[in-house]
Amino acid sequence: MQELICIRCPMGCKLQAELIDDTLFVTGNTCRRGEEYAREELTCPRRIVTCSVKVQGASEPLSVKTESGVPKDMVFECVAAIKALCLHAPIAIGTIVAENICGTGVCVKATKSV
Amino acid sequence: MLHYDVAVIGGGPSGMAAALAASKEGASVLLLETEPRLGGILNQCIHNGFGLHIFKEELTGPEYAHRFIRQIQDSPVEVLLNTLVLDVSPGRQVLAVSKERGLLEIQAGAVVFSTGCRERPRGAIGIPGTRPAGVITAGAAQKYVNIDGYLPGRECVILGSGDIGLIMARRMTLEGAKVKAVVELMPYSSGLARNIKQCLDDFGIPLLLSHTVVEIHGKNRVDAVTIAKVDDNLSPIPGTEEIIPCDTLLLSVGLIPTVELATKAGAELAGSQVRVDQHFSTSHPGLFICGNTLHVHDLVDYVTEESTVAGQFAAAYAKGARPADGREIPIQPGEGITYTVPQRLTGESFRENITLRFRTRRVYKQARLVLSSGGKTIASFKRPVMAPGEMQTLVLKPELLNSLGESLSLHVEE
Repeated sequence: MQELICIRCPMGCKLQAELIDDTLFVTGNTCRRGEEYAREELTCPRRIVTCSVKVQGASEPLSVKTESGVPKDMVFECVAAIKALCLHAPIAIGTIVAENICGTGVCVKATKSV
Repeated sequence: MLHYDVAVIGGGPSGMAAALAASKEGASVLLLETEPRLGGILNQCIHNGFGLHIFKEELTGPEYAHRFIRQIQDSPVEVLLNTLVLDVSPGRQVLAVSKERGLLEIQAGAVVFSTGCRERPRGAIGIPGTRPAGVITAGAAQKYVNIDGYLPGRECVILGSGDIGLIMARRMTLEGAKVKAVVELMPYSSGLARNIKQCLDDFGIPLLLSHTVVEIHGKNRVDAVTIAKVDDNLSPIPGTEEIIPCDTLLLSVGLIPTVELATKAGAELAGSQVRVDQHFSTSHPGLFICGNTLHVHDLVDYVTEESTVAGQFAAAYAKGARPADGREIPIQPGEGITYTVPQRLTGESFRENITLRFRTRRVYKQARLVLSSGGKTIASFKRPVMAPGEMQTLVLKPELLNSLGESLSLHVEE
């Protein structure tokens, strides 16, 4: 039995979760997202990565996010790969600036316009 | 002199929601913003977690802001950027300056204050030691990193475990800095549980509860801080000091609503907050207030909800609607409750739900929230966990509201 804090929304439900064979036992969640989170956290924890990257021809860094979670142990690798992107202004909010970051199959999206 | 039905001061999430709501009610609206762009603090909050309630999506701050900026652009709301409001008179005359237009005088039918809050600085908490460079507030560091593109330190200690402190612990770490510890005076964090998990635990950053910084060392630049454990009275315990070498101390020690414009115009305070009714009307007719200027929120979604109400009623006021001379029911924060918003209810009868938001003084487990009126309990609600860092909500139904006596009070029972 593992104690988890669900990070899917700001409620921060405290979960007790256990994966026996392939069956998930979870209590403490107040919605379905808690169940999904517990399953993911016990098998392959993932995190959405947000960071900023320099853009040629822009006066400010561009903020970006991964469209979905990347494996938690690849967070630093993804940040390094995002920082190494060579981007040129103008970039509009919502633009995909990198596909399949570090082989995760996850896209990186601009979250502002520069 | 310019004339508008509603002048909204501050173009962050609160001001944008109020302006849009007032405009939808048919009011002519002027939105004034000091910065060169709309969006307020959201522009520097590049992390995700915004908008789950309102958009059912997890957006970043700039994305959440963008949705409203687009709506403002598509609406008749007029926007003045780079414009600083200097004064609002009790008669709702707004005095503002901008480089482009010089001095502006605006007569408004109603004024909405959505001027946000500011960070409590080092001087406000009196940490002893030298005064080197490298002591900065967490929000300032967030702006340096996310907007200006500078990393303000390589090895840091963060004092205060509010959400901005937690978010910056992760942000500095991802940018390559080493965050040695987050130090919290209280025995609990004032940040959201999810942020402790995903910003500290995920990166192995220690959270030292019941600890504080007792000295800052360094001549030109911070070179270390001394931390110590505190006792139940929050006083440092001699003999527990520990020196942590670092080049930066980030402060996340509280936010102060920027209420000065509103109070100077005539809005009364209840404690340190501006007093409002359920329409977000201040004690001074025609002046409305919302967002972090009213009370500091954990979630922008609630800011949007509250500010929408403020904008609607500001528009109604500007168009001549006057609150009926009804009862005024004060809401008393009782045992365990820090404050409530609103702090009073006005009107003769209630037809709609009223959302009461408040914070508890400390962590409560398996407790009940009790509403009473005239010494009698009128409703109670079970809550498994409540913490000061998580704003609480109660929705009051018309049946309950219409049964109230002269007063209403809210307290916690264990």
